[in-house]
Amino acid sequence: MTENELPGPDDEARVPRRVIGTPAQGTAVLGTRPATAEVETPGVTLPDPADARKAERTVTLLFFIAFLAGIAFIASYVIFQVGDIDSTGVSNAALGGSLTVALLALSAGVVVWVRRIMPKYNIVQERHEMRSDGDTREYVGKTFVAGANESGFVKHKMMRRTLLLAAAPLGLAPLVLLKDLGPLPGTSLRHTVWKKGMKLVVEGTGQPILASDFDSPGGILSVVPEGYEHDLNALAKATLILIKFRPEDLKAGTIKNWTYDGIVAYSKICTHVGCPAALYEQTTHHILCPCHQSTFDATDGAKVIFGPAARPLPQLPIGVDGQGYLIAQADFDVPVGPSFWERGDAEADAREARGNQS
Amino acid sequence: MNETPKPIAGTASYLDDRLGAGSFLKRNLRKVFPDHWSFLLGEIALYSFIILLLTGTFLTFWFKPSMQHVIYDGSYQPLVGVGMSEAYASTLHISFEVRGGLLIRQMHHWAALLFVAGMTVHMLRVFFTGAYRKPRELNWIIGVLLLTLALAEGLTGYSLPDDLLSGAGLRITEGVAISIPVVGTYITFFLFGGEYPGEDVISRFYSLHILLIPGILLALISAHMVLMWVQKHTQMPGPGRTEHNVVGAPFYPAFMAKAGAYFLFTFACIAGLGTFAQINPIWLFGPYTPADISAGSQPDWYMGFLEGALRLMPSWEINFLDHTVPLSVLIPALVPMGIIMTGLAVYPFAEQWITGDRREHHLADRPRNAPVRTAIGMSGVTFYGILWLMGANDWISAYFHIGLYETTIIGRFAIFIGPAIAYWVTYRICLGLQRRDQDILSHGVESGVIKRLPHGEYIEVHVPPAEDIAEHMRGKKEIPIVPGDEDKDGIPPKGVRGPIGKLRAKASKFYGTDHVPLDGHGHDGHDEHAAVGASDKPRELH
Repeated sequence: MTENELPGPDDEARVPRRVIGTPAQGTAVLGTRPATAEVETPGVTLPDPADARKAERTVTLLFFIAFLAGIAFIASYVIFQVGDIDSTGVSNAALGGSLTVALLALSAGVVVWVRRIMPKYNIVQERHEMRSDGDTREYVGKTFVAGANESGFVKHKMMRRTLLLAAAPLGLAPLVLLKDLGPLPGTSLRHTVWKKGMKLVVEGTGQPILASDFDSPGGILSVVPEGYEHDLNALAKATLILIKFRPEDLKAGTIKNWTYDGIVAYSKICTHVGCPAALYEQTTHHILCPCHQSTFDATDGAKVIFGPAARPLPQLPIGVDGQGYLIAQADFDVPVGPSFWERGDAEADAREARGNQS
Repeated sequence: MNETPKPIAGTASYLDDRLGAGSFLKRNLRKVFPDHWSFLLGEIALYSFIILLLTGTFLTFWFKPSMQHVIYDGSYQPLVGVGMSEAYASTLHISFEVRGGLLIRQMHHWAALLFVAGMTVHMLRVFFTGAYRKPRELNWIIGVLLLTLALAEGLTGYSLPDDLLSGAGLRITEGVAISIPVVGTYITFFLFGGEYPGEDVISRFYSLHILLIPGILLALISAHMVLMWVQKHTQMPGPGRTEHNVVGAPFYPAFMAKAGAYFLFTFACIAGLGTFAQINPIWLFGPYTPADISAGSQPDWYMGFLEGALRLMPSWEINFLDHTVPLSVLIPALVPMGIIMTGLAVYPFAEQWITGDRREHHLADRPRNAPVRTAIGMSGVTFYGILWLMGANDWISAYFHIGLYETTIIGRFAIFIGPAIAYWVTYRICLGLQRRDQDILSHGVESGVIKRLPHGEYIEVHVPPAEDIAEHMRGKKEIPIVPGDEDKDGIPPKGVRGPIGKLRAKASKFYGTDHVPLDGHGHDGHDEHAAVGASDKPRELH
């Protein structure tokens, strides 16, 4: 890849033809610009020395500001301590402000330097086609074939085939090694930690819920299983929303046997991609997932009325224990959360199973 | 000062004696870089990447990629006594107890946003100017890979602090992964080390985020730079610029200094944003729990189009033979990304096939001069833009008082209609701009001088355009068309036979036909003094 300079048409008369980058006699090779303006290069327009001197003052000022701001940065680090939100704010402003000013002044200085002290350039270089010339290509092609033949790779079939054979399982090895990244799913996605008799407790406080206390229609609670309040794996499937209705509000989609005194428990994990369906609109009885706005009708078995979720939020059978605390009657009878390949139409199976029981 | 200063000359000769760097430097010190504002866009991404490496390394000194449950006892009072993962606690530590920690954290996040933004606008520049054409197709492919990897890098990094907001993103990632037919459940269990959320995903994302993906990014960015260097940069058409030269400023010293200044400027902007524009205040979100979420959750901007796609999708799901294909997750998660990334990757080759153009191109196209390409590009931008907007449809609904479901329903139509409208409008604008160029070249520019002719007519004197403007316009290149006409025996030429060949010939004609040739003249009967308005006679275009 060579780059020859083509002097512009009108430069021809003034300057001898020569390669850019091989400076004329008496020019400094690196760093400094020529002291005399008489040495000119095609496409290089030197700035007016007086203007350059003026610009130098600007650049010097900017570099000096950068220097001061740099000092201020170091000083800020020493002076401003962190530890609470206010002092961190002050430290952040001082460190960041001084750093910003330092970098900004430095970059502005270099810009002025380039634009007013360095020459204006309009250098022309030739391009060459990327492809090499015919002789080279031919030589490379021949060499390649010759090399392949010399290596014996072409001739010795048995060797070639066993080499490929050897490579195949080794290529799979990294994949095999990844197997222990996690356990196999098994049926774990079909179950949650809920089981008969497990108390429903309020998320956050861990208080069990007296059915008689949860008595204002329209009330809603976020509920977790007792004993699993801080087990994120359990919560990712077992978290519930508990809603109190007037019994006459409940429609056919909700399984009445699984409610207690108008209190219904649905899985809080959205059936779309698993965000907590955390928003509830009292007047319309809509449960809304804030992630992708799947909307479920809480009075009607949490069936989907809008959005990308394809299935209702599963309902958990609940009841009360001897002291009147809400408990689970069983685990969910369908997998909660997002759909997966092995899931199948679990709702249909569950309906069939319920039909057989009654 | 005519002598080279000793330290410089000494170093140069020391290195040359050992590395033979002289001949390389002789060829490259004065390598010419053409100038145009749009050539700086990619540099934003490059410098952001460097800043990401620097700030990211700083963060690793304190960050603990662990999901170990700890009780917070640090200096942020509202969370003292709250149980959380070690990852979240160490992020709080970086924010409140490490001097400059908050600044660097915020700079890292801003730099990440700017990194992807810089790549995106750079990619658009390359696309619309046709700078991906031969010989630069390979570099274009590297660019597409870089963009895809940057999204993965952003996703893995965003999830690390393990706060409530990033956890929502992780949950969605899990929901998408588990929806993949046949292998989805296994992928999820392997990724999370069992059921979601497990205790492994943060440390796994961490090694992907700080080692594997940045390593590949660094290698690909280096290759991107080397190819650019070897192939030399494209240039905009203009005086003295041809397909066979490159006009501009030399690498040393001008381009080097400019690039340095631009790096510092990018750095300053990111520092300024990190200082004055709060980003991701994780202490306000609280630690992650799969049981909670805050309303109005938004991902980082570059994930917005995927989020929007998920929101737009109707609730389609297929059950058959005890298996489930959740189309309402699969389609939005894979199709838009697939269309955009695959579309970008194959575009140079599709264009080459359609135009039959195997020449090298070093002069960039002005977008108007390739109207079909520009229109396709704009319809892609619109497709992406609508999805991106729909990723914030709850905010749009809240701010503009439009019903939430209406925004979704409008979006479902707009995603098909929008790109079509954008295509048509862009195409017409391109032809209009071409016509204007044609007008200026054949007719001159308005001089502002009004002249009264002997018979009383007033005209505005037109003068020829300035040379640089005229040259810029004359840089328009014809787009080749594959010859498709049948010969006298009714046999079409090679390459356009059969149904695919016919399609190709048709596409080629559509793609390449120049409706507004520069030397075409719509000004018969008028000299360069023609009156304003007289040139606006409708011209037949099709």
